[in-house]
Amino acid sequence: MGNAVMVSRFVPGGNPAGAAHPYFKGKEINGLSGSEIKGGMADAAVVSAIRSGDENGMAALYDRYSAVVYSVALRVLGDTGAAEDVLQEVFMQLWRNPGLFDSSRGSLGPWLAVIARHRAIDGLRKRRPETDIADVVVSVETDMAGAAERARAMEKVRGTLGSMPSAQRQALEMAYFEGLSHSEISAKTGEPLGTIKTRIRAGLMALRKAFAT
Amino acid sequence: MSVHEQFADDLALHALGVLEGEERVALEKHLESCAGCRRELEQLRGDTALMALSAGGPTPPQRARQRLLESVAREPRRASARRGWWTLVPWVAAAALAAGLVALWLRNSDLQQRIAGLENESAQQQAELQRAREVVSTLTATDALRVTVVAAKTPPQPQGKAIYVRDRSSLIFLASNFEALPAQKAYELWLIPTSGAPIPAGVFKPDAHGSATVINPPLPAGVQAKAFAITVEPEGGSAAPTMPILMIGAGE
Repeated sequence: MGNAVMVSRFVPGGNPAGAAHPYFKGKEINGLSGSEIKGGMADAAVVSAIRSGDENGMAALYDRYSAVVYSVALRVLGDTGAAEDVLQEVFMQLWRNPGLFDSSRGSLGPWLAVIARHRAIDGLRKRRPETDIADVVVSVETDMAGAAERARAMEKVRGTLGSMPSAQRQALEMAYFEGLSHSEISAKTGEPLGTIKTRIRAGLMALRKAFAT
Repeated sequence: MSVHEQFADDLALHALGVLEGEERVALEKHLESCAGCRRELEQLRGDTALMALSAGGPTPPQRARQRLLESVAREPRRASARRGWWTLVPWVAAAALAAGLVALWLRNSDLQQRIAGLENESAQQQAELQRAREVVSTLTATDALRVTVVAAKTPPQPQGKAIYVRDRSSLIFLASNFEALPAQKAYELWLIPTSGAPIPAGVFKPDAHGSATVINPPLPAGVQAKAFAITVEPEGGSAAPTMPILMIGAGE
């Protein structure tokens, strides 16, 4: 799948006002904030620097979002080297073509998370992981800047997932981290197609609700 | 705008990129004409981004940052292709400075030439002034030997020589063999114009040898002189000649 095709899937024509996810607006959630991070450039300034070819903009982008991009790629791919490749690829893609990200239609953090996850899924679909995700050594290096809010948001997501019925969480995680279609999940779990669909949607709605307050 | 319920579950799958086959084709067709479902799809993508947080924790190894920045440095295409205008500022400033220096050099060269011209002119004027001073000095020197040459065996006679240049209102008068006058009295030279009253042209007293010099007395401009005359007047001079006229001479 070409880059342009991939991006067009995630940024379709639509209502610009509705593009930014309400949970990320003006918040600092694990570095996903679309507005401003304490002690650093605003996302708009980072994007502007990248557009003007300023390498410092890329350094700022990396420092802010590399953990998000890397962790989701690592969770999907279960391979640190492959996750690094995804990280490299996603950021270089933005460097080569900053126009791919339209700041008027959403926030940079969620966009990068979506791109990274899809990029990782693309890799996964071509090459099944050889090692079990549980066997991957995870290094825990918490960034000091905004670490408390990150931890709270992460905790909230994990708490929400933990409070879901396990079948619902499983369906959502299989779709999200493994990129499985509802028919593939249905084949694996033996659950009806319609049930899988409903569980996945209900799982996403539960997350939305948890951050709506 | 509401979401069409029949597409609600498919929208969630589509946001995750896992909707396939006919269902995907049908949804994409529907999305083309349904803004409410498009908006919901975008919101669902945000919901999926929250899922990324559940994977949070691991951070990339330090070498990944270095690797990225090295890759970026190897591809400075955008930087050179779309340089900001401010990067041109030093070049513009340098060009402006160079242009300014050339202009200054030209101006300097011009000034040098003008100074050289003025110096040359000044030297000429200095030379002329020096000659004029020498003439005046000779004419007015108290120790000058003044000799009036006349026909042999002619007894000494009072004589005056007036040299007048009308255009410059310049007058030089040389007197010789004049008799000494009582105190409070002096000789006064008069310019007799072709029309109008005589004009005072200087008061003088002869020295012990009977000589005197009048150089450039104050005169009205451009007066046509018919003759010059001399009278005896009070020491301070008079506005009009006091008769009799002692000496008179017409222009040659």
